[in-house]
Amino acid sequence: MHPVDTMGQNREGAEYGFAFLDEDAKRELRRSIFKAVCIPGHQVPYASREMPIARGFGTGGMQLTLALLGPDDACKVIDQGADDSVNAANIRNFFALTCPGVTGTLRTEEASVIQTRHRIPELRLRADQILVFQVPYPDPLVVVEPNAAKRRRMHGRADYARLWVKLYEDMVAFDEITISHRYPTRINGHYIIDPSPIPRFDVPKLHQADCLYLFGAGREKRIYAVPPHTDAVPITFKDVTFAVESFRDKATGKRHCCRRCGADDSFLDEFFDDAGTRVFQCSDAAYCDMRLERLEAAE
Amino acid sequence: MAYVAIRGGADAIKGSARLMDAMRAMGESAPLELDQIERQMPLLHSKVLSEGSLYHPRLASLALKQALGDSLEAAFFLRAYRSTKPRLGETAPHDTRNMRVVRRVSAAFKDIPGGQMLGATPDYLHRLFRFELMDEGAERLDEIARDWLGNRPMGDTPLTFPKVLDSLRDEGLLAPLAQDDTQPFDITREPLIFPVPRSAQLATMARGETGGLLALAYSNMRGYGDVHPTVGELRVGYVPVMVPHPVTGKPMEVGEVLVTECEIVAMFEKSDDGAPVFTLGYGACFGQNEVKAIAMAVLDRAISVAKDKGRIANPSEDPEFVLLHVDGIESMGFCTHYKMPHYVTFQSDMDRLRAARGKAEEAADAPR
Repeated sequence: MHPVDTMGQNREGAEYGFAFLDEDAKRELRRSIFKAVCIPGHQVPYASREMPIARGFGTGGMQLTLALLGPDDACKVIDQGADDSVNAANIRNFFALTCPGVTGTLRTEEASVIQTRHRIPELRLRADQILVFQVPYPDPLVVVEPNAAKRRRMHGRADYARLWVKLYEDMVAFDEITISHRYPTRINGHYIIDPSPIPRFDVPKLHQADCLYLFGAGREKRIYAVPPHTDAVPITFKDVTFAVESFRDKATGKRHCCRRCGADDSFLDEFFDDAGTRVFQCSDAAYCDMRLERLEAAE
Repeated sequence: MAYVAIRGGADAIKGSARLMDAMRAMGESAPLELDQIERQMPLLHSKVLSEGSLYHPRLASLALKQALGDSLEAAFFLRAYRSTKPRLGETAPHDTRNMRVVRRVSAAFKDIPGGQMLGATPDYLHRLFRFELMDEGAERLDEIARDWLGNRPMGDTPLTFPKVLDSLRDEGLLAPLAQDDTQPFDITREPLIFPVPRSAQLATMARGETGGLLALAYSNMRGYGDVHPTVGELRVGYVPVMVPHPVTGKPMEVGEVLVTECEIVAMFEKSDDGAPVFTLGYGACFGQNEVKAIAMAVLDRAISVAKDKGRIANPSEDPEFVLLHVDGIESMGFCTHYKMPHYVTFQSDMDRLRAARGKAEEAADAPR
C-alpha cells in the first residue's frame, strides 16, 4: 500500500553532483539556516541559486532540502497535502535523480525531511524531523508596504502597527478578519512572519512544536525558521479571536467529515465529484491512508 | 475527476514530457541542428546567452532546441546549469576599447574617429517578405556566403576603434572616468539588499529580460521620466577574455565573447566642481542585442538621476522597482506557478468569504 522507493536512479542527472548544487552553495545555505534558527522569524537574505524547476514552484524549499539531505535521509514531498500532486511528484523525481541513496517515502512518520507546499501534515512532527516550506512571499509586511528597504526597517523596529490597522479595517468592512491563508504570525515575541500559504488551520501547529520548521523563498532570496519549542502566535485583537477554517455544514450546523476515512479533525478539500455532488476529503493524503489502514486492521 | 483528486500525478507529468518531445518529432521536418540555431538565428541565440547569463554558445543552442524555441525557457536552462558550477576566480575589468568591432555607430556625431560602421543590422531593412526564402537550398546559402566573402578586401578595416566618448571627455563635456577599484557586487553570490551599488544595478540588468527592460525604459522615454538619451556610441563585437594565469598571475587570453555595448549621453547636470557636464548611462550584454543595451543604458541613467536628486518620481527611476522586476527567469517562473494547484488556499478563501457573507446576512436580518 505504501511503496517505498529508493531514490537511487541517476540517469538524466548523471552529469551533476550529489544534490545538484555545488558545494559552496550548500555551505552558504547551511550557514544561512543556522542564522535563521538563531534568530527565530528573521528573514535571512541568501544568494538563491536558479534551480531546474521554475521560480514559484518551490525553488527555495528545494535548495533547503538539497542542502539538508544526506544519503541516510528519508524524504517526503507534498503539495496541497498530497504526495501525488503534479508538483510534488515532479520535485520528488528531481530528488530521486540527483540524490542517490536517499530514501523516498510517503509516510509522514518515516520521513526525516519533508518538503511541503501549502500544508503542515496532520500528524505531530517529532524532534528528529524537519519540515521545509516553499515560500512565495517571505515578508508579511508586503501587503502594507511594497518597498523592501522600508520593510527591513519596520522589521528591525518590530513596527507592525500597519498590519493591525489592516486587521482593524477588515473588521470595520466585513466584521471578520478576511486573511484566509498566509496568516501573519509573531515568532518568539518579536518578528512577524508570513508562514507561507498554509491555511489558518495549520498555524497553531507552528507554536511550541517539537520539530524544526524551515522556510525557503527562492525567488525572493530569503530563509527563515521557527525552531522547536518556540512561541508562534497569530496576530489578533484581545476581543477578536483567531479562527481556523470551520468546515461547518450550513444545513446541519455540524462539521463536515472526510468521505474516505471519516476524519472530523483534519483539513478538508472540498470539491465536486463526477456526479456533480459536493464532497469533502482529507487534504493530507498520508493521514487519510493511515486512518483507513487502521480502520481496516480494526475490522 | 476534478483537479483535487488527481491520482498518479507522476504519470501525468511523465506523459506530458513525452508529448512535449513528440511535438517536435511529429510533422516530419528534418532534425534541427545546433549549428543552424547559432548561425541562422543569431539574434534569438544572443538573447538566450545574455538572459541566461552564461556565455556558452553551444549550450544556448541546445537550450533553444530543448525549449522548443521559447527564449525565456531556454535562458532558464543556462541559469539552472550555472547553479552547478563553482565560481573559479575573477578577472580584471575588461576594456571594451580592445573589442574586435563588427558594428559601431554614434547618433551624436555625423562622423566619428575611425568612422561609423553600420555592420549587420536590421535597422534599415524594409520589412517586406522575401518570398524566395520560403524555399531555399543549401547551395543558395553557399553562394550568398561566397559572394560576400569573395568580394572583401582583407585587412582594410581596423580591428579596434577608439571610444567616441573619449573626445567628449577630452573637452571636459563629460566627467572624467573615475577609477573605481572597489570589489564589484556579485549578484550570483549575494542577494540584492537595497540600496545596492551601481555594479549590482548593471549586473542585474545585463542579464535582465529584454522585453522587461524595454517596457520600463520605454515608460521613461515616453514621459514617465526625462532621460532623453542620445546614443553616444553603440558597438557590437568580440571582447578578448583575459584571465589571470594560475601560476604567474599574468593576464592571458582564453577566448572572446560577443558583446553589445551602449553608452548614452543625457542632459547636463551640475558637477562637483560647479561646471555643468553631460551625464552618462551604460548598457552592455552578451551577444548582439541592441534594444536591450540601449534600454539598459536608459534605465541606468534614470536610476542614477533619481539617486543624485534624492527623489524618485517615476517607476523607471526606482532601483527596487526596476531591478526586482526585470529578471525573466524569476518573473516567468512566478507567472507560470499560478497554474499549479492552489486549492488549499482557495479553500481558506471560500471559508473567509462564507463567514463574511454570514455576518452580512445576520446584520441584514437583525431587527433595526
